[in-house]
Parts: sequence; C-alpha cells; structure tokens
Amino acid sequence: MENFAPFLQYLISGLTNGAIYALIALGFGIIYNATTIINFAQGEMVMLGAMCAISIYHLAPSLPLAFAGAVVLVTCVGLVFERLALRPVKDPTPIALIIITVGGAVMIKGVAMLLWGQEAYILPPFSGNVPIHLGPATILPQNLWVLGITAIAVVALEAFFRLTLVGKAMRACAYNTRAARLVGIAAGRMVQLSFGLSAALGAGAGILIAPLTLGVYDMGTMLGLKGFSAAIIGGLGSLAGGVLGGLVLGVAEALATGFISSGYRDAVAFLLLLLVLFLRPQGLVGGRK
Amino acid sequence: MTRLRFLNRWVLFAVVAGAIAAFMDQDYYYTLLNFIGIHTLLVVGLNLLLGYAGQISLGHAAFFGLGAYTSGILTATGGVDPWLALLAGLAVSGAAAFLIGIPALKLRGYYLAMATLGFGIIVYIILNEADSLTGGPSGLSGIPSLSLAGFAFNTPRRLYLLIWILLGLILYISANLVNSRTGRAIRALHDGEAAAESLGVDTFRLKLKIFVWSALYASLAGSLFAHSLNFIAPSSFGFMFSIKLVTMVVLGGMASIWGSLLGAGALTVLPELLTVFHDFEMVIFGAILMVVMIFLPRGLVRGIMDLYENRRYKRQGGRISV
Repeated sequence: MENFAPFLQYLISGLTNGAIYALIALGFGIIYNATTIINFAQGEMVMLGAMCAISIYHLAPSLPLAFAGAVVLVTCVGLVFERLALRPVKDPTPIALIIITVGGAVMIKGVAMLLWGQEAYILPPFSGNVPIHLGPATILPQNLWVLGITAIAVVALEAFFRLTLVGKAMRACAYNTRAARLVGIAAGRMVQLSFGLSAALGAGAGILIAPLTLGVYDMGTMLGLKGFSAAIIGGLGSLAGGVLGGLVLGVAEALATGFISSGYRDAVAFLLLLLVLFLRPQGLVGGRK
Repeated sequence: MTRLRFLNRWVLFAVVAGAIAAFMDQDYYYTLLNFIGIHTLLVVGLNLLLGYAGQISLGHAAFFGLGAYTSGILTATGGVDPWLALLAGLAVSGAAAFLIGIPALKLRGYYLAMATLGFGIIVYIILNEADSLTGGPSGLSGIPSLSLAGFAFNTPRRLYLLIWILLGLILYISANLVNSRTGRAIRALHDGEAAAESLGVDTFRLKLKIFVWSALYASLAGSLFAHSLNFIAPSSFGFMFSIKLVTMVVLGGMASIWGSLLGAGALTVLPELLTVFHDFEMVIFGAILMVVMIFLPRGLVRGIMDLYENRRYKRQGGRISV
C-alpha cells in the first residue's frame, strides 16, 4: 500500500504525456488514412507549435492569442510542406517518402535552431501553478488542461469524421481513393486538408506540453517518434487505437521512470514499440486490412 | 570490354590511393581521408541494404556503435588483443543483426523503418546508461591502436594504409557480391518481392543475409574508428548519425558501390571546407535528402547522368530509354 501514492503520481504524469502522444499519433493517423504516407516531420510540427506560441507570447502576452496564432502558423507550415515536399514526388515508394519526410524533419529542426538558438524557453502554464491535491497525489492545472483538451480534440475529430460531409469524404479517400474520385471527391484537396489538420493537432500538442517541459528546438524529434510509436502500438490509422497507444506508452514510460530508472525511460518506450511490431504488427486495436 | 573497364577502376583506385600515400605528408589530410574511409565502409554496407535490397535501416549507427564499443571495452578494460576484439565486435554486431533481423525483416516500409530506428535508439540509450561498462556519456578512453608484427597503426598516415587497404578489399568484395548470383537475387528482391519469390529466391533469408552482412561492415568500421581515435563516446552513434549515413547513400546514389565512396567523401569533406557549416549542418543534410529524393531519386551522380542522357536521346530524335 505504501507504493500507492507514487504509483498514482506516476500514473498522472504518464497519462499527461500519453495524451500528448495520442494527439501526435492522431496527426500521423489522419495523414496515413488520407494518403498512406507516414509524415516523419510530424514531430517538428509539435516543436514549431511550442516555439511559435512562445515567440508570440513574448510579443503579446496573451495565451489564447499565442495558442491560436501558433496553430494557424504551423497549419500553414504543414500545408506548404505537403505542397513543396510531397506533391512533386514522381515515384512515391515508401522508402522515398520516408527519406523525404525524415529530410524535411531534419531541415525544419535545423531552421528552428537557427531561428531560436539552442536554449530552452518557458511558456507560462494556462492557469497558474498551484497543485491540486488528489488523494495522496498532486496534479498540476496544466495536466488537467492537457487531458481535457486532448479529450475534446478526440471527440471533435470523431464527430468531424462521422458527421460532416468533408470528414466523410476524407474517410472515403482512406478506404479507396479511386472510388472516392469517381464519386466526385477532390482527393488532392483531402490530402492537403489532412496535412493541415495534423499539423494543427501537432501544434496544439506542442503548446500544451511546453509549460511542462520547456520549449527547445530539438524537442520535436523524440515526441514525434513516440507519437508514431503510439500510433503503431494502437494500430495505424485507427483513432481509438492512437489514443489507446498514446496512453499505454505514456503510462509504461512513467512507471519505468519511477520503478526502474529515468535514464531508461525512452528505451522502455521503444522496447514496447519493438514488442508490438514483432508480436502484433497490426497494433492493439487494429485488425482492419 | 566490361571486364577490362572493371579492372581499370580497381587499378585507378590503387594507383590514386598509393600516390597519396607516397606524396602527401600532412597529417590533417590523412585524418580526413581516414574518416572518409570509415564512412565509406558504413555507407557501402548500408547501400547494399537500402540501395540494392530496398530495405531501409534508420538505426545503422547502432551496429557501428556495437563494433566500436565491443572493441573499446575488450581492449581498454579487458586487455584483449585489438585484432581479437575486432573479431569479437563482428560477432556481437552480426549476432545482434541476426536476432533483430529475424522479426524486423518480416516487416515492410514504415514498420521496418520504425523497428530499426527503435533498435538504434535503444542501443544508444544503453551506451549512455550502462556507464560501469561503457563509461557513459563522457566516453571510453585508453583504447590501444591496432598493430601488425610490431608495426603499430598509431599515426594518421599509418592508419591510412590500414583503412584504405581494407576499404579497397571491401569495395572489391561488395562489387563482386553485387554482380554475383546473390547480387542478382538481391536486385530482384528490390524490384518485386513476389516476383523474386516466384523465381525461387528465398527472400526472407536473403534479406536477413544482407542485413547481417551490412551490420558486419558497420562493425568493422566501428572497430577501426575506436582503434584510430583511441577514444569513443555515445554521441558518435546516435540517431542523427544514422540519418547522415542515409544522406550519404542518397547523395552518392542508391545501388552504387562507387557512389558510396563519393557520397561519404563529399559529406565528410564538406563540413571541413565550410567552417560555417556547423550551424547549417542540419539544414544542409535535410535539404540534400529532400531535394535529391524528390528530383533525382537514383542519387545525385546517377540522376545527373540520366538527365544528360535523356537530353542526348531527345536531341537525336530517339525515344527516351528507361
């Protein structure tokens, strides 16, 4: 029983990180569904979200403005990236696309280093820093913001894909692009939309996590890789899978930090990824082929 | 005819490498050439896997690190003979590639990329964290140089002889491998796995073989690296280095043995030529990956040659050959 309090504490921090991974995983899933592309630059959108929000906040100290401004900016970056880096590809084999998007990620990170330097910046938490007591554990208001906004984003996405015409059109593209074209859906537009949407989600994730971890030019790589791991663990292309994968990954990592060693935190995350890849490559939820 | 041209390239390689050894006397250039040699070993191995067999590895630095650290730990801490340690490094890397390859090579595309990437990151973390064994982030020092019958390879010039003779040998073996029955099977695998299988190629075994083979190259490069610098630290074996290796393959040309030398050479010399390069390193590497893959997916040299030949065909009024 004396282990319960730290366990609860790790669970809270794990779920918070997990929610961030889930948001990033959803971004991967949206693009994958519309194009079967994995955009390895997704993690850099997270970094750009955090850094842009910090810069905007420096100019005009208003969090809602920083949040909205950063999301809009990064969405534009996502759209431009799709236009410049992916649409001109003549022979879109997975290997070519992996190399191009990895190259894009490295380049965006390099530009961010030139723009913001190598130091870490602070973004103030959305509503103060007074811990809330929850039984034997404490929870920061920012953790609640992360969990709450992620939940809202997931519900909104689900509604978008199920209920709106555009969402249904995107799903149609995912099932069968050619058939979708035949019934008059502009598949190219849907691809663009998916890149914009996932960049926006990534930016949101970055802004949410920045008050907890600071914003620095190289924060995106690991977050992106973990978000992709979460997507694979849950089952690539499934919304519920992405969320589940993110939460499982976050909690596993937090427990490893607490009960093994913080140095091996990332190793545990990737070990989990390898286990899922080797034993159940369709993911925990997956089954759709 | 082709046989003669083939022979001439090797003669040229030997003559140029020999002339450098005979006439150059600045240690700085030898050090640079040694890095080019070590990088080329890595890039040739990765090119066999990525360019020829069409299987991606985003964690190749791990095998480089396993070779370097096996050599380093056994000689610096264990006092083992460096040549034996080099062989032990080959055994460790080969075994690791075999064990990770069996489940990983059943995966394709993104999944294989992620599996190799995950493996690379795990190895990198272990090198950092297992500090009682590896010395942790501050590195492992006191690694002895290789020596042969009393001749120690402990100056850049002496190392140059060792590294470039080994490199010539490896390039020769690789060129032969590519033009052998196995090499043709590998290319068949690249163009179509199902088609290759229908022709009787055991594609899974072949992928595993080439994966282990390229890990052995990386391990050899790692051991040479450790015994040349006499000091290693985990930062040389991270994710970014894996990406640099892929960039060298892409720049030099997919499925090109000599292109590997060119890609490794260019991207090793470039940072030395441009002192400002350091800040722009990531931007340049990223830009090379994107631009070359988008516009010249067969690599820079092959791509430019293709463009030239296409123009010539067009001028002559002929059709564009594929």
